[in-house]
Amino acid sequence: MTGGYLNLKKTGEPDMNLRPFWLALVLGLGIVATGCTTTDTVGEDDMAGEIPAGAETDGYGDVERIEERDGAQAAGAEGIGQISGEDLLEDATGPLAERVIYFEFDSSEVSSRYTDVLRAHGEFLATHPEFSLIVEGHTDERGSREYNLALGERRAQAVARILTLNGAADEQVQVTSYGEEQPAVVGHDEQAWSQNRRAELVYQR
Amino acid sequence: MRRSIVRTLLCLCLLLPLPAAAQITIEITGGAVGAVPIAVVPFRVAEGTGNLDTDIAEIVRSDLYRTGLFDTLPPSNFIAQPASSEEVRYRNWRALGADYLVVGTVSRGNNGYNVSFELMDVYGARVLASKRYIVPPRALRTTGHTIANEVFRTLTGRPGGFNSRLLYVQEEGTGEDRQFQLIYSEADSRNAQPILTSDEPIMSPAWGPRRERLAYVSFENGRSEIYVQEVRTGERRKVASFEGINSAPAFSPDGRSLAMSLSRKGSPNIVVLDLSSGQTRQITSAGAIDTEPAWSPDGEWIYFTSDRGGSPQIYRVPATGGDVSRVTFEGSYNASPDVSPDGSLLAMVHRGESGGFRIAVQDLETGLVNVLTDGPLDESPTFAPNGAMLAYTRVDGDQTELATVSVHGRANDSLTRFEHEVREPAWSAQ
Repeated sequence: MTGGYLNLKKTGEPDMNLRPFWLALVLGLGIVATGCTTTDTVGEDDMAGEIPAGAETDGYGDVERIEERDGAQAAGAEGIGQISGEDLLEDATGPLAERVIYFEFDSSEVSSRYTDVLRAHGEFLATHPEFSLIVEGHTDERGSREYNLALGERRAQAVARILTLNGAADEQVQVTSYGEEQPAVVGHDEQAWSQNRRAELVYQR
Repeated sequence: MRRSIVRTLLCLCLLLPLPAAAQITIEITGGAVGAVPIAVVPFRVAEGTGNLDTDIAEIVRSDLYRTGLFDTLPPSNFIAQPASSEEVRYRNWRALGADYLVVGTVSRGNNGYNVSFELMDVYGARVLASKRYIVPPRALRTTGHTIANEVFRTLTGRPGGFNSRLLYVQEEGTGEDRQFQLIYSEADSRNAQPILTSDEPIMSPAWGPRRERLAYVSFENGRSEIYVQEVRTGERRKVASFEGINSAPAFSPDGRSLAMSLSRKGSPNIVVLDLSSGQTRQITSAGAIDTEPAWSPDGEWIYFTSDRGGSPQIYRVPATGGDVSRVTFEGSYNASPDVSPDGSLLAMVHRGESGGFRIAVQDLETGLVNVLTDGPLDESPTFAPNGAMLAYTRVDGDQTELATVSVHGRANDSLTRFEHEVREPAWSAQ
């Protein structure tokens, strides 16, 4: 054998010309290696794009919670990278931002479209025992004022019940009613009335 | 001639004083009985009396008109303006169609004014009542109401109660800057003065039996609580601040108890509070909304609003507790009961087929219901002491105003003098 690329002379082994094979192998491996790497990278990038801000990701070890805040510092004694209850409450885009439940005329039935909102508030209270709130019941102006005071209370009680079912303690949820005495919108038509038939969650600081 | 005498006799018979236990016999539906035509002549003001800012005849005319029992003839039709019976030509007044005539004078007195009046029966050509008054300068309006009382009592046998008082809630401003006042005024809403001012809502004013004290709901501490306040001194004390709702106070006719609606964290029930001992007795317990207790004048029954049957209707229960029975059966919504001073009628807010909220009265004996107003947002009926009319609130465009309506439904009058939101009138018993 004269000056080959690879000295694979071993006694007893057949002496073959293996250069084209290795070339092919190296090239092939190179191509395959490139392909695998590309696949892996794409996978991680895709997953990273789907992680909602602030959520924990299972199976990726300790992933820092990522939240976008406009220049706000993560405050509080809960440690670096944790979000305080105050901040959760103040987040205008978060699930706790919705604080008003609306009702049909003469009804205290809570619509299923508020299930998620009330679950978020209930769970927040459950995990933040230092917070409490008042549920304020209100009605539109029609009919007896005293009856409306009672109807407002019934609405507040219905919402309070759902909050405690979702984990809030009884002491964290107070109920009160203003009846028709504190309208959100002044007016004598359904436009105004529909906005006054409500229960408001008022957090106590 | 005969026809007019018969008509006069008919009217007189129906207006005769009735024994206390009898039912009202005047048709509530306003059928056969017509309003009695009466001419109240502008009082002659003697020379040297100066300018009066009070028109006594106009006060008498308005008081009588609002009861729905009198057709008060317009003064512009009066050819002559007599000031005493000697000057009266009865023939002129018969020609005008007047059955009765009131004339009077006002002159300067030593310490104010001298006022006199005479009430005449036009067809009988005789004086039925006459009086003279010595009036302090500020009391001209009161004198006008007193004369109206005399005329009313002479012709119907019942007290006019025109010197009674109204309580109502007034709201000014919007949103966070709203201010609430509890207003005390004469029965025609004049001479209004605030007796309580607050940044938070006030509700449900209620009179004690002799106008000496009142009760109301105040939100000044962030929730509903019931206070009792002395009229003369303004002193007040909190009488109910249980957990939940404390609302709809109503004094018993003897003034010793206060019925109210308390939820105490559950559903609102009717509870009677003994004002001297502080003890409470719960008299309903249906797990529904029970509110707006209203006492019968004999103190035996409490009428109240309840949705135990699905939607608000009026029920009654013995004041000491016992079986609850339903009272209203017409319409999809009946609330805000008020019992007339003679115990025969029940006023309410009623929603019928038209869908609007209107004031109605039900004869408690026959069950007949008469709707008196047009709605669509009428509230808070309260009987006048004479039982002939009700004050209530209604919406006029963007504003809420106080109004009266006669039980016979013919006389509907707006009382508002102010530009603010007013509501929940309570008419004193005297």
